[in-house]
Order: sequence, then structure tokens, then C-alpha cells
Amino acid sequence: MEYVSPEGLRIDGRRPMEMRKLQAEIGVVAKADGSAVFEMGNTKVIAAVYGPREVQNRSQQLSDQALVRCEYSMANFSTGDRMRKPKGDRRSTEISLVIRQTMEACILTQLMPRSQIDIYVQVLQADGGTRSACINAATLALADAGIPMRDFVTSCSAGYLNSTPLLDLNYVEDSAGGPDVTVGILPKLDKVTLLQMDAKLPLDIFENVMQLAVEGCKAIADYIREVLSENTKQLEYRRGL
Amino acid sequence: MEQRLANTWRMTVNEKKFIESALLSGLRVDGRNVYDYRKLSINFGKEDGSAEVHLGQTRVMGFVTSQLVQPYRDRPNEGSLSIFTEFSPMADPSFEPGRPGEFAVELGRVIDRGLRESRAVDTESLCILAGKLVWAIRIDIHILDNGGNLVDAANVAALAALLTFRRPECSLGGENGQEVIVHPPEAREPLPLIIHHLPIAVTFAFFSDESTLVVDPTHQEEAVMAGRMTATLNTNGDICAIQKAGGEGVPQSVIMHCLRIAATKAADITVKIRDTVEAYNTERALRKIKRHSAPVALDVSGTGPNVRKNQVKSQDQRKVSGSVGSQVDKLKPSNERNDSDQSNDIEGILTRGVLTRIS
Repeated sequence: MEYVSPEGLRIDGRRPMEMRKLQAEIGVVAKADGSAVFEMGNTKVIAAVYGPREVQNRSQQLSDQALVRCEYSMANFSTGDRMRKPKGDRRSTEISLVIRQTMEACILTQLMPRSQIDIYVQVLQADGGTRSACINAATLALADAGIPMRDFVTSCSAGYLNSTPLLDLNYVEDSAGGPDVTVGILPKLDKVTLLQMDAKLPLDIFENVMQLAVEGCKAIADYIREVLSENTKQLEYRRGL
Repeated sequence: MEQRLANTWRMTVNEKKFIESALLSGLRVDGRNVYDYRKLSINFGKEDGSAEVHLGQTRVMGFVTSQLVQPYRDRPNEGSLSIFTEFSPMADPSFEPGRPGEFAVELGRVIDRGLRESRAVDTESLCILAGKLVWAIRIDIHILDNGGNLVDAANVAALAALLTFRRPECSLGGENGQEVIVHPPEAREPLPLIIHHLPIAVTFAFFSDESTLVVDPTHQEEAVMAGRMTATLNTNGDICAIQKAGGEGVPQSVIMHCLRIAATKAADITVKIRDTVEAYNTERALRKIKRHSAPVALDVSGTGPNVRKNQVKSQDQRKVSGSVGSQVDKLKPSNERNDSDQSNDIEGILTRGVLTRIS
């Protein structure tokens, strides 16, 4: 099947280096300390952050830093066919672990000992790149909750089909069996914190694909900064400043 | 998560500081160089498809079994490969019995990505009847001792077990060729799996100081490390999988540097695996020859027996274990030349599988 037409257009009409449309909203879950909805094309994810609060399970309390917990689940209606088990299966467990460790790299946990920060991420619509959308949503939710962070974590995926590096794969391109590289970076520090890849790819091509994904992450970081500064302006306006 | 907590409370601050400051000067606690692997040894069990790997103090066992199942609906002519991990509490006090924890799931998925997504095992050859029956290969990985770097050891165990596994041969039969007959290993020689390439996992540990990284972390180094990356590559220069699940951020240049180191390490480990599997296969073939040498000891008077002995010997050399019935069938024409009662005796003795001197 042809994923990149001879004119250089992908299945959904994008160029190879073009990302899907981004849309984010903050403060959607009123009860949570911080929350956000993040959309990348048709992929829609909602994240809610509770914390810092008292550790619920005393035996897990850490005396020198905050405990970060994360739960990833996909809604039954998020994929084409209704899903049997939205959480607790191996993929969800792995992605929960990945998101937790990624966010731990950026949260200043040393400032909040003996406390707990919970991150709940739920996928409402899945069209490829759910992992990245979840990390971006979690970053926004953490910022909304006012939790001190070293830097944002933004994430984007890239692939390689028909000998072309493609940015931000959707579901059809992802299930094509080609490589799928998901990268999460700390944009200001320019460091890679999350890197996952599956399917075979030669070493030199991998470097190009990773570089492309990092560029995508930086673009998302700019967008997130915009959204947050817009949100701050709104808060200031409401307070009458 | 429990594993991480268990490590933090077991390690004293002094030990942590010691390991960290030693690493700043490029020294590791067990005396290795920064990019050195521990001693790797692979042993095989009596059955086909079982392997035990020792990587320093880490011990992992891998078992491969197969079963005939219905294929997935969207892949009707491919077999399936599934990996199950068992983190036994005897390996580490922080492992809990019962459902696999996060790290067990992560390990299973990393090895699964390296084997399945990179198409290392040929699944199309596992198809018997398209849409109805395929072979499902199941790899069980048991952790016996957690000395650090379970991913690499478990990956080697899985590969070694897959390379030595033999699945029963089956043929189509029945009225319309829709029935599948599975031949037992005594009847027909079982077949090995078709494995295109060997994806080798190489794990790196990053520490809070930017320039420090080590290959093949031990248990203590894992307790101190700030981040980890596992790169799965093969000797053809392809990267099969990468897993860096958060943790300390590293610059892109460091990642490319790690991948280049991993390429050399993967080559070493591949050579090691292939040599050990080669030795095992030769030993296995020798064992098979010994089993069939018994018929050659037949000593029957008369001209007929010489012809019979040659026939039995040539069967041996082909190393095809035909059933006893076919052996008797082949001997029938020469039997007719002898006395009828003597030939009946010989036939009877052969079918019973007892071979004695007949005066």
C-alpha cells in the first residue's frame, strides 16, 4: 500500500514533515487540581492531576521526595471496535510506567517530600500517537496544577514508510508495520527523556527519524507555551489585574 | 514501583555515594570497564527449547513450547509468538508472587518488540491450514536470580531457547486433506524454527552526572542509576527496538554514541550465542546417532542378513527415524528368500523391538 503518493502527500493529505492540528484546553475537570485536554488530529486525550497531597498508602511514602503515580487507560469507545479491557492489560501497564517515569524526570519531586502526585490520563479518541498526546496532556495538567517542574516534557512520534521519514503518524500509518519512533524531550534543556522504537530500522536512518521527531516535539513545546500564557492572561483578567 | 522502593531502602547513603563517586573516575565497583559485559554463559536443558543463561550473578531460564491454535482473524496465515515472564520471589525480595508487576510487563514487552515486530521469527512458516490451524509459540521466561540487567539476560535466554526448539512435524491427511496429523518426535524428526536474525538487547545505565554511563549495570548500579536505555540490535546494522522509558534526560549525541557501542556488543553476544547453539546441535545429533546404532548389531546367519544389515545401515546414515513398521516392510522382500519360519521369527523379533543373535 502506498503511504506517500508520488506528489509527496500522505493518506490524510499532509506533507511528510507536517504535524497534525494541535488543540489544547486547560481546566476541564473542575475537581482536579490540574487538568487538560490535548488533541493531535483525531487523537483526543484528557489528563487530570491530583496533588501534591497526602500519601494514601503509608508504606509507599518517600521521605525525601514526592511519590508520582500514573494511570493510563483507554476509553472503551476510543477505538473503532469496542475495547474489551480498557486498563490492566499489559500495554496499559507499560504505558503507565513510561508516562510516570517520563514525568518524574521533569517534576521537582525533592521540593515535596512525603506527598503524592497522581496523574490520570484517559484516551477518548485513539488515532495513533496516544502515548505522545498523553504526555503532552500530562504536562499541561501539571502546569495547571501549579506543580514545580524543571521543564516541560513534550512528545511526538515519527516513522519511516516508503523510504520517507514521516512526522506524527496516525493509526493507519502506525499499523503499517513500519518503524514507529516516539520521542519525549525537555525542550529548554534539549535532552531526550523518552525514546521508544519498534520494528527494524538501520542506524543512520534512525538518526534522521529521531531528529525529525525532536523537531516535532519543539514545535509542540512552542504551542504549549502559547496555551499556558494565554491561560495565565485569562486568569489575570478575571482577577482584575 | 515496589522494586524501586525496595532498592532505595536497602542501599545506604554511603554505598550510593561510593558507587557514584567511583563512576565519576570511570571505575566500577566490580572492577569492569565502563563498556564491559559480565561473563555470559548459556546452558541447555535436556529438552529441546530450554536454556539457562548466567550473566554474572543474574540467572534467567527460557522455555519454548508450541501449541496448535486458531489464528487471529486479521492474520489467517501466520502463527503467533507470545512471551510470558515469571518474576519469582526467590530472585529478589521485592518481586511479589502472582500477577506480574510493572517491570515484569515491561521486560516482556521489550523482548516481544525485539522479536516480533522486527520479524526475527518467521511466523508464516508456522501456518498449517490457513485460517484454521497455526502453531502458537510460547516463550516462558523465569527469573531465578536478579543480579541486575534482567532484560539482556532474558533476551539471550529467549533467543537460545528459540534456536534450540524443535516443533513436531505435521502433515495434512484425511479425506479432503483438511485433517492435520501431528507426528510424534519418534516417528518424524521435529523441525527447528526459522529465525531470520538475532535481535540482541544491550542495556545502558545513566547517572545524574551527564557524562557517566555504563553498559550492563549490576543490581547495585541499578539502585543508584537515574535512567536506563535498552537498545535491541542485530548484526545486520538494524535497530530492532529501543526502550528508554523516561528517567534522566540525555542529549541526542549520547544516544547515538550508545547505539554505536551497542552495535559492537551485539556482535560479540551473537557470536557467543551461535557458537553455543552450534555445540548443542552437534551434541544432539550425536545423541541421535547413538540411538539408531542398535539395529546395526543384528547378526543373523545366512546370505539374507548381510543385505538386511546394509539396508539398516543406510537408513541410519540418512538419519531419518522411520517407524519400526517401515523397517520390517523394507526387510520383507529379502525374507522371502529364506525359510519361512526363520523369517517369521526375525519379523516378530524386529516388530517387538528386541534384537538378539539368531543362531
